[in-house]
Amino acid sequence: MALLEVENLQTHFRTPDGVNRAVDGVSFHVNAGETVAIVGESGCGKSVTSMSILRLIPEPPGKIAGAIRFQGRDLLKLSDREMRDIRGNEISMIFQEPMTSLNPVLTVGRQIGETLRLHQGLSKQQAEEKAVEMLTLVGIPEPRRRVREYPHQLSGGMRQRVMIAIALACNPKLLIADEPTTALDVTIQAQILELMKDLKHRVGAAIVLITHDLGVVAEVAERVIVMYAGRKVEEAAVGPLFNDPKHPYTQGLLGSMPKLGSSLHGDEGRLAEIPGLVPSLKKKIDGCVFAGRCPKVTDLCRQVAPALEEKAPGHVAACHYAIKEGAIAA
Amino acid sequence: MSASDARSAGGQGGLNRPYQPQGVPILDVTDLKKHYPLRGGFFGGTTGHVYAVDGVSFQIARGETLSLVGESGCGKSTVGKAVLRLFDITAGQVVLDGKRIDDLSAGALRPVRRRVQVVFQDPFSSLNPRMRVRDILAEPIRNFGLARDSRDMEARVAKLMDTVRLPRDAVNRWPHEFSGGQRQRIGIARALAAEPDLIVCDEAVSALDVSVKAQIVNLLQDLQQELGLALLFISHDLAIVEHMTHRVAVMYLGKIVEVAPKRSLFAAPKHPYTEALLSAVPVPSPGAARQRIILKGDVPSPINPPKGCRFHTRCPYAFDRCRVEEPTLNHVATALDPGHVAACHLHDRPEAENPLAIAKGAALVAA
Repeated sequence: MALLEVENLQTHFRTPDGVNRAVDGVSFHVNAGETVAIVGESGCGKSVTSMSILRLIPEPPGKIAGAIRFQGRDLLKLSDREMRDIRGNEISMIFQEPMTSLNPVLTVGRQIGETLRLHQGLSKQQAEEKAVEMLTLVGIPEPRRRVREYPHQLSGGMRQRVMIAIALACNPKLLIADEPTTALDVTIQAQILELMKDLKHRVGAAIVLITHDLGVVAEVAERVIVMYAGRKVEEAAVGPLFNDPKHPYTQGLLGSMPKLGSSLHGDEGRLAEIPGLVPSLKKKIDGCVFAGRCPKVTDLCRQVAPALEEKAPGHVAACHYAIKEGAIAA
Repeated sequence: MSASDARSAGGQGGLNRPYQPQGVPILDVTDLKKHYPLRGGFFGGTTGHVYAVDGVSFQIARGETLSLVGESGCGKSTVGKAVLRLFDITAGQVVLDGKRIDDLSAGALRPVRRRVQVVFQDPFSSLNPRMRVRDILAEPIRNFGLARDSRDMEARVAKLMDTVRLPRDAVNRWPHEFSGGQRQRIGIARALAAEPDLIVCDEAVSALDVSVKAQIVNLLQDLQQELGLALLFISHDLAIVEHMTHRVAVMYLGKIVEVAPKRSLFAAPKHPYTEALLSAVPVPSPGAARQRIILKGDVPSPINPPKGCRFHTRCPYAFDRCRVEEPTLNHVATALDPGHVAACHLHDRPEAENPLAIAKGAALVAA
């Protein structure tokens, strides 16, 4: 059984000018100890998906429907109290902004200790000891001194390490990382990605990585889910997704990225563009969500939404025209 | 470094044509410094300085793109603002087209302002939400008296919309009616309205989504070729920089540590910091074998920069000399291009003891 199973997740927001279908029927699963990346551009619903898993969406105006089964229990059916026992304990989260997601008036040690005292009933001293241990784990030098410092005394990279320490303090089975390195500089990003890969081996938690950076995905993920306009359009293991993308959106996304080292081969021609804009999520889209920007669009795409189909073993895409492996031979 | 040295071999054009600089550089910056005083203490006196930019020199030829790369706090945006004369500089010289502009009075500066324009990072906060697109574009034209009459003004605004590939009838709309990429097009049109020679692009594509970024990068490249603009492209995104620049200057803690034509820099970096930057950028090829250099620690504070080479506290190759003597930008004998300069003592050592003597670029970026 998968650790997390998300089935037909629909997170809609009521707004004065109509219902915003931020996430519209997304299903996926995460196995224990696996790293799954959800990629897409702003507004595709990747962050709302992650917030929905932890039920951090304010209701109303939001409304979450579908099923989110964590170790077989449907999180959407739990009471608020039961949900609190899961947050930060069995499922924890790292946010993008290490500047704003830490409390500026509490020491780093208190903030790491908070989850421990709450979920594991440690005493103040035990919590501080454990906090020092966690800071050592995430590679912060002089943890005994740092544990009494406030967030403003730390650099951006160190704050993100503290966020990771908080998230891992209770040995969660699932870690949701929402753009964990987006706000960081490249050399610091490299440190944090290295740390995440190292910790994954040591702690063994499954990771759901939310990002828009395909480079980061290639670096850490094992399986990738591509989202567009609130729907999942493609899912595959990381290798096949980058080497043989099936959905025109994924193909466009990869084509529009300049590659480092392009000048070494002299192939710095024009970048491929994806023309047009993401459709409004406030209108119900009957056909394919990508129809308005797709180079291969036909009338069928505008009228009938393509179902997610297995195009190759373990590789699904929602496109009428993506070629199915073996289909030609058959 | 001298002008002829840095550009003798020329950069590589966007279409892989060798770049041929002509005449006086459009921009010549010499030993630029910007120090911000730190106030504090009982009487509010000056207790120190933030050495944001501490002696930076470079040139940009007409029609050339020079990219300034580095991490946050390295002073790259401060250099951009100094070129725009958004503040008075502490020391040094900024020469635009042969004329010194850093000491001009506000009045004398007005005609200069027309020639140097800017595109900012955030397309949401850099457009006035209470002005229609027409008025946003007309403002610089009116300020610098470029239009003969109202019909000429209309024609100019319409032409600008064509130039940045926006529909002409969108001039009556408000900024909030546009997407991020469209707003950045308006920002570019506004910069072009003044008919500048040089545009400073301060992280102009950093806030945009991948697919939109590609559109704007292509637009900037087209415009440069059509209009012969010079660009000072400030960015932390090395893949974008490599795609669209002629030359690259790498900054670290207020100093330029390496300047080179693009291909020479990416194929064979000659400063350990550049090498670490290249190896740190995640590349979209899963499982690629590449040489990884993970720097330890954080960038030191620009209030109290390290003595000697500023990078020695994080440099994997630092030796005794680096801690005491600050290296200067010098030509590197092992570089692919004679215009390649770097500030590193390693190049004074025999090649066998210089880890940067060989061309490592391909191994670093898994190209």
